[in-house]
Amino acid sequence: MNWDEWVPLLVIASSLLTGLFIFGLAEEKVRLRTVLNLLGAVTKLGLVGWMFWGGYHGHYFETRLPLLPDLDLVLRAGPLALLFVALSSVLWLLTTIYAIGYLEGSPHRSRFFGFFSLCVTATVGVALAGNLITFLLFYELLTLSTYPLIVHRGTEEARRAGQSYLIYTLCGGSLLLLGTVWLYTLTGTLEFTPQGFIHGLGEEHHVALVAIFILLIAGLGVKAALVPLHGWLPQAMVAPAPVSALLHAVAVVKAGAFGIVRVVYDVFGVERAAVLGLTGPLAAVATVSIIYGSLRALFQDDLKRRLAFSTVSQVSYIVLGVAIAGPIATVGGLVHLVHQGLMKITLFFCAGNLAETLGVHKISEMDGVGRRMPWTMAAFTVGSFGMIGAPPVAGFISKWYLGLGALEAGQGWVILVLAGSSLLNAAYFLPILHRAWFRPPPDAWPHEHDFGDKETAWALLLPPVITALLAVGAGLLATAAFSPLEWAQLIARREFYQP
Amino acid sequence: MGDALFNIPWAVILILLPLVGGMTCFLWPKVAKTLGLFTSSVIVLSVVGLAWKMIGNGIYRHAVGGWSSPLGIELYADGLSLLMLAMAALVGLAISLYSTAYFEQSLSLRFWPLWLFLLAALNALFLSADIFNLYVTLELIGLAAVALTALSGGRDALSGAMRYLLATLLGSLAYLFGVVLLYHGFGSVDIAILAQRVEATPIVWAALGLMSAGLVLKTALFPLHFWLPPAHASAPAPVSAVLSALVVKASFYILLRLWLDIFGPLGAEGVADLLGLLGAAAVLWGSLQALRQTRLKLLIAYSTVAQIGYLFLAFPLAVGDGVAAWSAAAYLALSHALAKAAMFLVAGNLLRFGGHDRIADLDRVVERLPITVTAFALAGVSIMGLPPSGGFIGKWLLLEAALVQGRWDLVVVMMVGGLMAAGYIFKVLGYAFTQADAPHESRPVPLSMEWAALLLAIAAILVGLMATEILPLVGIGDPFGTGGVKP
Amino acid sequence: MNAAFLYALVGVGLFCIGLYALIVHAHLLRKILALNIMGSGVFLVLVALAKRTGNAIPDPVPHAMVITGIVVAVSATALALFLMLKVAAETGRAELPEERGE
Repeated sequence: MNWDEWVPLLVIASSLLTGLFIFGLAEEKVRLRTVLNLLGAVTKLGLVGWMFWGGYHGHYFETRLPLLPDLDLVLRAGPLALLFVALSSVLWLLTTIYAIGYLEGSPHRSRFFGFFSLCVTATVGVALAGNLITFLLFYELLTLSTYPLIVHRGTEEARRAGQSYLIYTLCGGSLLLLGTVWLYTLTGTLEFTPQGFIHGLGEEHHVALVAIFILLIAGLGVKAALVPLHGWLPQAMVAPAPVSALLHAVAVVKAGAFGIVRVVYDVFGVERAAVLGLTGPLAAVATVSIIYGSLRALFQDDLKRRLAFSTVSQVSYIVLGVAIAGPIATVGGLVHLVHQGLMKITLFFCAGNLAETLGVHKISEMDGVGRRMPWTMAAFTVGSFGMIGAPPVAGFISKWYLGLGALEAGQGWVILVLAGSSLLNAAYFLPILHRAWFRPPPDAWPHEHDFGDKETAWALLLPPVITALLAVGAGLLATAAFSPLEWAQLIARREFYQP
Repeated sequence: MGDALFNIPWAVILILLPLVGGMTCFLWPKVAKTLGLFTSSVIVLSVVGLAWKMIGNGIYRHAVGGWSSPLGIELYADGLSLLMLAMAALVGLAISLYSTAYFEQSLSLRFWPLWLFLLAALNALFLSADIFNLYVTLELIGLAAVALTALSGGRDALSGAMRYLLATLLGSLAYLFGVVLLYHGFGSVDIAILAQRVEATPIVWAALGLMSAGLVLKTALFPLHFWLPPAHASAPAPVSAVLSALVVKASFYILLRLWLDIFGPLGAEGVADLLGLLGAAAVLWGSLQALRQTRLKLLIAYSTVAQIGYLFLAFPLAVGDGVAAWSAAAYLALSHALAKAAMFLVAGNLLRFGGHDRIADLDRVVERLPITVTAFALAGVSIMGLPPSGGFIGKWLLLEAALVQGRWDLVVVMMVGGLMAAGYIFKVLGYAFTQADAPHESRPVPLSMEWAALLLAIAAILVGLMATEILPLVGIGDPFGTGGVKP
Repeated sequence: MNAAFLYALVGVGLFCIGLYALIVHAHLLRKILALNIMGSGVFLVLVALAKRTGNAIPDPVPHAMVITGIVVAVSATALALFLMLKVAAETGRAELPEERGE
């Protein structure tokens, strides 16, 4: 193996080794653990930057390891992979800082950060997977490494949430496995190829291909929280806030959505998927998720649960963009992968801040919280505007491209869905903002922690502010050289226009 | 020097060394632990030596005492035998390591001779080339295993051992009767010779029926599995590991050999389908029972019943594509041995730690025994068939074979079985993370016991990443392809 | 040939009788005896079939197998009897206790 082939492996190793090391650390070694955590995150970021630079010049790093006589494990830093892995790496660094602050004084931090690192390892593996079997491997690894984070607190409630999580995700994983093996027996290969690799299969396999598509999408849809497979997500809110932030913005949900993108573009090819009549139902399912998620969010009083249902809705934008099957919609869907990640993680960071600093968990307790925690709520406001789709926050860019793409593909009804969803988003975000900024605060907060004259700990404040700024930056600077939008356009070009 | 090393009679060492070691342990109990560990290590080295020789030379043959068949006993090894020997050696080493710490003095002096005899008999079985030798070694294994089961002497252990003994003797007798019929029909007990001479006559069908029935009873295939859960659950932990991982594989190996060489080529599709059906029932029934258990060792024992079912799913699939289906079965057998042994060792650790094995009262044992719980989790990954693990490779190969042949019934069974396995594995893990209501005192667990379990579990995972090295080894001598044992 | 065939048939009969007794009787000593009778049946078949060669001298290989088998049977019986005594000492009855329903 030459040096080039090591790079993707090193990206995986940077968090895997960090995690394994941290498992062995004694609980009291706080400083060492913090150093290791940050070192791992920064190393990974550096390696990803290097791969990014290579990708920008058309050089895609690749690693191949034999798994079975005719099947390899492949890690490939192609454009789509780089989009997701860059998002994951940046957000891992920020979430690590956040988690260090959040879990200050909590028990079992070595165990937590160990599994946390494994979780990111799995996510990066999902992003870099170059064929369906490698994807499957890391996808299941993601399930296994996120489970201990959900049951971390050791309560009966956590155990049951973990059980529910597993039932959903392992069933999904089984469907994904079945679809993968079946496809392999038909095509003899599983390599992700732009415009798909099922060209050799003719009409006689029509039923099998449709069935395989359903299996794959259902398996991925569980993690992507497509309705009706989304049930595990609100229940997983019992986990600590850094876990919710990670699950919703970076790891699990995005892995599912990313997988759907891969299946439609690099397994079936969007043209073939449309010909087989698969994109229409997919768009329908996405639409149902968008509307249903927003409707359920309206009626939640618990802040994290409202954000959870919002995620159900928002991630389906990505699936919708993919299902509309036009290049501009593709750009919209892909770029929303990044934008939604930035915005949603901001919101979850803020929710965690409110819970940790003031003991506020419910929206009804949030009166006047903007006076007490201005920076946090400013970040929250930015995130909310992004969700609603108001410029200049990045969410506007995604919705713009989705709408434009829908028109271009002759699917005008999507505009109605987008508009309706934006209205619903406004309906469940604006009241929160109104409460926080314009209502007088109560006499005492449910459970206040004193941070002196600071709003809250630095480690808790900095990440949401940074991600909020990134969300604005991704919107304002969307036409700049390395923006998510430019990158998404590059990917779409490869899918639609190159032979 | 290299030449001399090359000519060492590895097969003889594999049988003779543990035999002599066992006798020495019996006569001289003080050295038992060290000698046992040493013997296990040398066995692993011998298997490596044998593998090295076979990679160079192909099939291995050795006529004991210079007498060749049909009068003498010949030792024979092809890729399949090698895989089984490696499995026994690796699991054996871990068990030996574990047992040095597990047994206190009085039990220890009885354990080691029996354990080493069992190892000798296992190796002899995997190296046998004729069906009568298989009978003798099978009986030896059975007797040693029964004695080991009864070791701890409690009511459950003794009655479990008694039931096991009766079942195993019945199975052996049925098998022996089949041997008799085959000898009467074709004048030889040598497998290679029988493979050439056998034809589809009523005597052969009778022999097939008897031998299959006997071996199926000894492998605890549903519905003849009744003796397994009580025996495996009440034996001491390392013994349970040996029973589930190795002993049941011995009778399965014999059935596989007979099928490959003698009965399979006759086109006994009906029997293959029947075995597949029973295998499917075993998967579903065993997993269901495992889900219902409240005690860990019984859960693991029922899991064995289920996993054995997977092995038998290969029979109907082998009719269509032998190499694919049998490779899958071999991989599943190897992975299961490693993972299941790890699980029973974990159960032993938990028993030593808390004095009980009630699943609901595991009380955040992940904090107190992290190495042990990690071992259980990794072993569980293989049992569930999740990547990356040996169990996943076996499941993938079996699924591939089933999909290619359009056997959707088997596909559904495998998928449901995998999910149910996840159910009972994560039931245990969930409670391992959760606080129980009533805390209780705890005793320390020696590191060697924890690490023995973890190393086995890691091996089960590593086996999943080495398929491109292991599958060619299993293919030495082409056991699954063109008719098995060569004359 | 005729006498040999008769012996073989008796052997099969013993096997079946033993099997029946093994399954039906609850007392452990009876079960052990049943297994012994089954074993004897198989040995009888083996010895009878040794005469099949038609020569004056019967085939020695089955005889060797029978001797081996007898040795194995003796060891097995010894173990079984010992276990039976232990079970009787623990539970007070020489029978297998009902399987614990879990």
